[in-house]
Amino acid sequence: MNTWANRRDYLFRSTKGLIALAIALIALITAVWGTLSGPMAEWGVRDITIRILGMDIHPEQREGRIIMLYHVIAMAVVAIETYMITSTVRMSKEEQGNINGLVTIGYLLTMFFGLGFAYFGHNYAFHGLFILGQSLLFFAGCLLAKVLWPWNKSTYLEKGSPYAKTPKGIDLERVAFFTMTVATLGSACFGAVTGSFWGNGHETFLAEDLIRLPHKTPLQLSIIGHLHIMLTLVAVAITLLVGRWLDFKGIWHKISMPLMIFGSITITLGVWTVVPYQNLAHTIIYVGAVFTMTAALMLVIFGWKKLISERLAEQGITKANVFQGIRALVHDPLKFGPLWQMVFMNFTVSGVGIFMAIKLDKIFRIWPGREERITLTGHWHILAALIATIIILYYADMCGLKGKARQWFGWVVIIGSDIAFASITIFSMKRGFVSTYDQQPLVDWTMIFADFGLGAIMVVLAMLLLWRIYDFMNEKGAWQQESGELQLDRITAEKKDSVETEEVVR
Amino acid sequence: MNRMKVITLMTVALLAGVSTGTACAQENRKIPIFDTGINPNSWVTVAKGDFFKGQHKKETAVNYDYEIMVTPVTNAQYAEYLNSASAKGTITTKDNKVFGFYPGDKFHKYKHEFEIKAGDKLHMALDAQGLAIEARDGKFAVKSGWENHPVVQVTWFGAKAYCDSKGGRIPTEIEWEKAARGTDTRAYPWGNEITSAHANLYASKDPFEKGFGKQGTTTPVGFYNGRSYNGFQTKDARSPYGLYDMAGNVWQWSGDVFPKTHYRWMRGGSKSNYDFELRVYNKNSAGPDFHEIDIGFRCAKNK
Repeated sequence: MNTWANRRDYLFRSTKGLIALAIALIALITAVWGTLSGPMAEWGVRDITIRILGMDIHPEQREGRIIMLYHVIAMAVVAIETYMITSTVRMSKEEQGNINGLVTIGYLLTMFFGLGFAYFGHNYAFHGLFILGQSLLFFAGCLLAKVLWPWNKSTYLEKGSPYAKTPKGIDLERVAFFTMTVATLGSACFGAVTGSFWGNGHETFLAEDLIRLPHKTPLQLSIIGHLHIMLTLVAVAITLLVGRWLDFKGIWHKISMPLMIFGSITITLGVWTVVPYQNLAHTIIYVGAVFTMTAALMLVIFGWKKLISERLAEQGITKANVFQGIRALVHDPLKFGPLWQMVFMNFTVSGVGIFMAIKLDKIFRIWPGREERITLTGHWHILAALIATIIILYYADMCGLKGKARQWFGWVVIIGSDIAFASITIFSMKRGFVSTYDQQPLVDWTMIFADFGLGAIMVVLAMLLLWRIYDFMNEKGAWQQESGELQLDRITAEKKDSVETEEVVR
Repeated sequence: MNRMKVITLMTVALLAGVSTGTACAQENRKIPIFDTGINPNSWVTVAKGDFFKGQHKKETAVNYDYEIMVTPVTNAQYAEYLNSASAKGTITTKDNKVFGFYPGDKFHKYKHEFEIKAGDKLHMALDAQGLAIEARDGKFAVKSGWENHPVVQVTWFGAKAYCDSKGGRIPTEIEWEKAARGTDTRAYPWGNEITSAHANLYASKDPFEKGFGKQGTTTPVGFYNGRSYNGFQTKDARSPYGLYDMAGNVWQWSGDVFPKTHYRWMRGGSKSNYDFELRVYNKNSAGPDFHEIDIGFRCAKNK
């Protein structure tokens, strides 16, 4: 009996257990719901899924279903990032427990009742619980913002700290986390307030369906801003978390954090400005994006240097040539991967987005609206999926993957995702270099490569999760040791140890 | 070494498996010829009255009766029109392109708006891929087998000129949608379910996809009428007013010219789209000089 209680505590109270549960649920949903569209629908798998699960799907509800599915997955990702924040940023056990508990109940309510409402009959009690779940997440966010308050003197950094701080000692990384959290809460309101007008001036729509309308209502603009800024802030959060994971510090950290704070504020205000001043908003957003991306570049430079120097030191090489340096850099795919994905993002997300902005009227708006829509949705989905791969790589590292398993898992995720996202980018931009008439072979090729890449990731993730389930069934499994671990890594503890406070998690 | 061989073989097999080369242009290849029994010259009357517009089913009034073509305009019909219009001098052909006069649109200088000035506008590029109409000995003719397929690669200007010549117009979005949906709230012209037997859509495995890939080619107008074609059983996919091809096959231009934008809207989805694009309220858009292998039109006129 105690064993099962321990298992429950692991899944619902330990950081690694909570993250594992959320990743497993997202993976399951992705695998099942992925059969409802694209090639899976072509092959008839969609019909089988609908029949077996007893889904109740009406064509006119497609947009609403998709929006709820986005929220279901997004809330679970927000939960994962919150678990990571509460376990790597200094706060008391009580605060961590309160926030994690609210987030967990919130995303589970959102997930089960959101999917229940969207795909299994429109039971409005389920819709209410879906909203309640998100409300709890919002409340947890408010608590997190309070806990992260960076002007609490007990969180100040000591003189000589290698981390970014003000002359008074204010921890600028904490300010960055705080800024991101507050910006997320404010941006969530843009969706929530608009949602409250549903049926009373607001109607369900997908943003990509409005792209060519000369006039959009304030509620529509609000939603367009909401979805863009939420994903951007999820990306900012994961960048900060990767920094924690790799113990980002020193001069690069000191340059990066102010840029990230300023960039997060600017980009958020820019997106909020979309509603009253749409034309001006884009300029502000571009400025903010330059700062946040430069901050991320600092992390990449720091991280790559660190990976190389640590590996070379392990090998006892004091003067390495270029090839030795590259080998050292890619030695550990789980740590190289997240940084590489941030670089790769520039080709498949930022690059595409900037190119679209520059050539919108000359290229993309000459195409049929449907093709422009594919490019838009393509590069945003890729950003979301890139963030997911970074989380997966981080989780694999948490699990303590070693040896060949570590190498295979890391490289399959990196190469599989990059093949898939490059293929999807080519697919989404196909109109630029092949006519509709000639596009079928290209469509077939890119779909095969995209499915192959994504399928490979799903397979290795499934193997990792199966291993974790097997371990979970074993009374003396690794989960037993992980149960009591509220912190994610040694680095956090070291950093925290530099500040004396009774409330700090030790 | 052995591992490399296996990887190489697998790669070759993968590449061979996805290769669907188009050695010969679609319109020059032999295609199945089917008589659907539907007369493309027929029109139906849509009686005045309210209908439910769009995804959110807004009750919308249409205070007049109008007529609308039962099928999209075919290659044969358009070629005949080109010959007639050429003889009358309302269109001109230059550099393998057909042009006609358009009086222009009011320009609002709005963001992303292109100015449509008065002048000769492109109606059809005779060298466009997938076009089954050709100029032969000074006359326009249809390539064999494509006569009863919907005309494609025609611009909005070309569609308007055709409908004008028949004393009609391109249907407005509202006219098109009411004709497709009728007076209830169905998502597709025939109801709420869609299968590959209802319409020509992407990967629908119709007889015209064989050899042409999942995008396939257009199907003859009125193809989905409940008949069986060489074993391919279709369902009767008429709209409540008896219109065919209101979902799939070709996108259809709508006639509205909205302020602050030069875009023209299209309805119905095409052979290149998944099923959700075929819902009666789904839209596509492009400039009025745009033409494509899956864009056609039909006409409407006042009763």
